[in-house]
Order: sequence, then structure tokens, then C-alpha cells
Amino acid sequence: MKRTSWFNVTSLTLGFAFLYLPMIILVIYSFNESRLVTVWAGFSTKWYGELFRDQEFLDAAWVTLKVAVFSSTLATVLGTLAAYVLVRAGRFHGRTLFSGMIYAPLVMPEVITGLSLLLLFIGIGLDRGVFTIVLAHTTFSMCYVSVVVSSRLATFDRALEEAALDLGCSAFDAFRLVTLPIIAPAVISGWLLAFTLSLDDLVIASFTTGPSATTLPIKIFSAVRLGVSPQINALSTLLIAIVTIGVVTASIITKRAAVAQARDEQAAARTA
Amino acid sequence: MAQTVFAPWTEADQKPLIEFRNVTKRFGEFTAIDDLSLKIYEKEFFALLGPSGCGKTTMMRMLAGFETVTEGNILLAEQDINDVPPNKRPVNMMFQSYALFPHLSIWENIAFGLRREGRDKAFIDTRVEEMLRLTRLTRFAKRKPHQISGGQRQRVALARSLAKAPKLLLLDEPLGALDRKLREETQFELMDIQEKTGTTFVIVTHDQEEAMTVASRIAVMDEGRLVQVDTPGQIYEAPNSVYVADFIGDVNLFPGKARARPEDTQIAAAAPDQPVSDQPVPDQAAADQTATAPMAEPAPSPTATPPEGPTVARLPAPDAKGDWLYDKIFRRFLGDRTTAPRRLPPPNAEELAAPKPEPAATAQPAEPAIKPGGIFIDWAEGQPPIIAAGGDPAMDGREVTYSIRPEKVTIDTVRPDRPNVYEGKVIDIAYLGNISTYHVELAGGRMVKAQMVNARRLANRPITWEDTVWVGFTETAGVVLEE
Repeated sequence: MKRTSWFNVTSLTLGFAFLYLPMIILVIYSFNESRLVTVWAGFSTKWYGELFRDQEFLDAAWVTLKVAVFSSTLATVLGTLAAYVLVRAGRFHGRTLFSGMIYAPLVMPEVITGLSLLLLFIGIGLDRGVFTIVLAHTTFSMCYVSVVVSSRLATFDRALEEAALDLGCSAFDAFRLVTLPIIAPAVISGWLLAFTLSLDDLVIASFTTGPSATTLPIKIFSAVRLGVSPQINALSTLLIAIVTIGVVTASIITKRAAVAQARDEQAAARTA
Repeated sequence: MAQTVFAPWTEADQKPLIEFRNVTKRFGEFTAIDDLSLKIYEKEFFALLGPSGCGKTTMMRMLAGFETVTEGNILLAEQDINDVPPNKRPVNMMFQSYALFPHLSIWENIAFGLRREGRDKAFIDTRVEEMLRLTRLTRFAKRKPHQISGGQRQRVALARSLAKAPKLLLLDEPLGALDRKLREETQFELMDIQEKTGTTFVIVTHDQEEAMTVASRIAVMDEGRLVQVDTPGQIYEAPNSVYVADFIGDVNLFPGKARARPEDTQIAAAAPDQPVSDQPVPDQAAADQTATAPMAEPAPSPTATPPEGPTVARLPAPDAKGDWLYDKIFRRFLGDRTTAPRRLPPPNAEELAAPKPEPAATAQPAEPAIKPGGIFIDWAEGQPPIIAAGGDPAMDGREVTYSIRPEKVTIDTVRPDRPNVYEGKVIDIAYLGNISTYHVELAGGRMVKAQMVNARRLANRPITWEDTVWVGFTETAGVVLEE
């Protein structure tokens, strides 16, 4: 039984504990009866009820959702176009520079991105609020989308587009009717990525927000500064649940599609 | 045969469907197509054949509109199409990867082009059904491309590109992804469909068998230029260069020097005494027959298995065994093999009759059965020259290459009575079932391939490895090429 040696089991346990123990503790304490975060006083869901009665939290959740939907949609459109141009335009002068600039925000410190956007918004006299957060989130999540989509486009058979042109499509029709449906899974996962990035961003949002718009991460952060309340635990547990359900659903869909395809291909090989 | 032969390229008043006029295509510094002119006629099945990188795919992509022309013009039905984008050309293409749209069903794939044309639904329905029937895909109409086999995908690609009834269909290595048996079937299907629809097909391929099978004409390409444009038969039997001869099929090439052969047989016959008596004619009766059977025959020579064949064949055997013995054992003690013949017993009558590496051997053409004229080709020191009746005496003194197909070379265990005969040893036998190719090493080390149809079953074939054999061919069997 080499495969389940004590060393392997121990390192696996420790690794997963390191990753997930904090979250598990957070989830457990969200069901705590006591107001004190560190003292267990019995099971209760009352903090979830309190959370949904708290108008401030609900407002923040609504702002966050709006920002995430708008910014990820905008980022997906722009990121997909950027990826398409990068992969399809061939070698033009300054291509390396251009693709480098697309990817630079990935490694740029968020503080810098946030600060520079803040200075820009002040400079052009834009009132800070939901709109400015959407713009800021679009800027930084767009490059994630373009990375995801361009890696799909790189393996995309160019002949498919040529076939569409050959059969009478204009370039735009070829993209709309052939390219886009085929790369759709990558575009959707790019959108999901942008959406989650926007959901949990604190740094850039706090630089670019105004008094009118408070997102959930900002709300949590400021609430924690006044002391951790069980409400925050409940809110975080809900966020974890949403993200988990999203990820699990996405992976099940992908896996099912792959299995179905493999089965179809086997069936085709048999009838051949 | 009252049937009219399809050969529009021979008629001067025929208008070409496609014309390349001095077309050049450069990619940066690299010239892919070099000042190329070509006419393709309606209803032709035209093959562009060449190794990868010869420019054949570039030509096809220029026809489809995916590549622009650097210089020159391409005309389709006498209209310049240089500036027409691919979606506006009455040309469709079948892609090498088939490029079927994976998110659409077979039916939708075929209907795709018709929908872009804005045809009404009834028309699309009938046309797609027609295409499905033509390619025998009706029962797969609702499936997606990944749910059908490779051969079926190939037919979908064909149906899709034919659906718009293009003036010209381009096929880019259409059968490359299919296995051999399916490929052969599909070749005939393609020809059948081409005939039924009357569409002009231009096919790009590197597979010469495929090109020979399907095409009405073949253009052999090399480095962006057309080397030869001709019918499959002409390309095979009358290649215009060593490149074409070597690229199409299997070939024996003898580079050598041309020498004019006396036009008048009388002159040659006037001084027959010495050389003719020197002529190695083991069977006088066979010599008389040569007058009636001098033509190139791909079939095995009837002398290959005469009743007394085995006994005669065994005569030189001790030498071969001696050689083998020497190679295996005595070389260690006695050193280099060149000294060996002196140690062997004196030659027998058969060997005395063998051609001597003498300059006098040039008198060989005195043989009256051989067509007069043509040229000799001196191709190796100590070997009689090749007699090539097709050679132009004006080539006298020039470097030429004699090209002869293996199936036109006979192989015998006794010296046959043919104009060109050389002795050699069987080194390799490639047994392909229906035919066998013998690799024979001549004195001096040149390898010659001779092909024989295996009309008899294995046990009856007399020639095997290490045998001493005679390869022969007629004076008209090969082609003289100049580079």
C-alpha cells in the first residue's frame, strides 16, 4: 500500500487544513448563538435573519451586484475583442508591446491601479459612485477575460472562419455566426471570472467609490474595524455558498459536455 | 470508339474558366509563386501536384481569395477577380480539415451558404435534401459533425461546398485524413460527383496516385513554378524533366553522356563481323524472335521461366556462392576482393558470351531488330551504352538522363534478347502481393529497379536474393531527359 503512505496522508491533510480551516471556522461560527465571536453558545440561525433585516447590508449587496454585472459584461466585450485582435491580426508593428500592455494590469499592484484611477476621476471631474467603480472594475478584469479568450482562440481552427467567408459571410457575420458560438464557453468563463473578481474586490473599489456607493467588501471591512459581529460571519458564509455553487455547477456542465462528446465520438467510430 | 475525348485544352477557340496571367506571390522576401501562367477549362478535374512548400496551396488560396496576388492577374470567366473578396466569389472550397461548423448540425452546415445568399426556405430545403442524397448522408442530417465518422465528415464538407453550385470547386487535400481503402473509394465518388454536377474541380494534393486517378490534367509544381502541365498519361510516360519523372511514380535514372547513333542501319550492318560474333546470344531461336517483339512490355518476359530455365540459371551459381564464400570467410585471410577472380576457375562458355567491358561494344546497335537512329548514352565506365531510340541525335555530347520505369524493365535468369541488357545481382525484393520490385545491383554498384507482375504463385517464382540476373529493356521503353 505505497499510495497511502503516512507521509502523503499527513501532508494532504495539513495542506487542506491550511487552505480551508479558516473558512470552516468562519462558517461554524456564523451559526453561533452568542454575540461573542469566539465563544460557542449553541446552534442558531438568528444572525442570518438579522442580516436580512439590515437595510445597509442589503443596499451594499445590491450595489455590489450591479457593479459586478455591468463591469463583467463590459469587460467581456472589450476583453474578447482585444483577444480576437491579438490572435487574429497577425504580426503588426508594436504587437508585442500591445499584448504586453493588455497583460500588464494582471501584475500591477492594485493600490497603484486604484490610485491612478482615482486621480483620473478627480482630474476629469467625474463624480465617484457606482459608475466609477464599474469603470475601474472593467479596466482590471478585462485583461483576465482577454487571457482566457485568447488561449481558446489560439487553438481555434482558422479554417472555420475562412469556410464561413467562403460560403458568403461578411467578416462580421463570420465572427457572429461561427467564431462566437464556438468560443462561447471561454467567453462565459471569462465573464464568470470577471464577475467574481468584481464581487470580492476591496482595494480598487475603495479608491474609486464615493459616499453614495458602498460595496459589500467595503461594508464588511469597515464593519470589522468596529469589531467582528456574527452578522459578518453569516454574510461571508453566504458569499462562500454562492461561489461554491457557481464553481461546482460550471464544472459539472463542462464535464457533462466532455463526456457527451466522447460518447458521441465513440458511437461515430463504431458506425464508421 | 466514337466517343469524343474530353480535351478542351487542345482546342484553340476554347475559353478558359480560370486564367492565371503572370501571377507572382511573395510573402516578404519569399517568393511562393513565380510568374506563373495557367489556363483551366470548364468541367475539368485539374490537379495541382507537388511536394509541400511548392506553392500549390498558395495557388488555391489565391483562387479562393484568402491570399492577395502580388503581381499579375487571376481571371475567372474572363473577369479579373483580384479585388473580389472571398465571400463575393462564385468559388467554393473544401478545406483539408473539412472546417465543419461544430455547433451546427449536418443539415445546417450544408444550408449555411444558401442561407447567407438569402434564399427562401423552400429552395434551401430542396437543395439541402438534394445534396444529402448526392453524398448519401440523408440519415445523418440531424447529427452534429463530431457524431459522424471521418469519411462521412468528408462528404459533408463536399456537400456544403457544392450546395451553392459554384462555378469552381477547390479541394485542398480532400482525402488526406482518410485511410487507404476509404480514400480509393472516395476518389471514385469524387469523380462521379464531379461528372454529375458538371462543376470544375481544382484539387491540391501531394499524393501522385490520387492525382493520377482523379484528374483530367495534372500540373506538377516545384518552388512556385509549373514544371509540367499535362494529362496523367503524358506526365507518367513522357515526363519533361528528371524532376517530374522522379516525382511521379518509381523510376530508374541513368545520368550519362549522349552520343548520336547512326541513322542508317546499313552502315552498322556493313561491319558486323567482329561485333556481331561478339554478341552474346545464348539462344539463337530467341534472337530470331526479337524482330517481332521489340516493343516495351511491362509484363514479365516469357524467357523468365523457360522449361530448362532452372538448369541454365544454375550455371553461374557457383560464382555467386564462391563470391559469398569469399566474402564470408576468405576475405579475412586473403584480403581485398579485387584479387579474387584470378583464383576462380576459368570462365565457362556462358560467361565468355557475357558483354565485355570493351570499347568495341559500341557496335552493339548492329542488331537489326533495333530501331535505327536515336542516341547512345554512356552512363558508366565498362558498361555498354544505353540505346535510346527516342533520343534526339542533336543531343550529341550533352549530359542527359535516361529515365525508365521499373515495370518496363524485365528481369531474367538467362540473358534475354533485348537491346539493352545488363547483368546484376538481386539485392532486395519488395513483395507487394500483386507485383514484386527487384532491386538489382549492376557491376559498378548502380541499383536498378525491375518490376514483375506476380502472375504465378510464390513457389513458382525462380528469382531470389543474391541471384545473378539480367535486367533488360527495349530501346523505346525509356525517356531521354535533359535538365
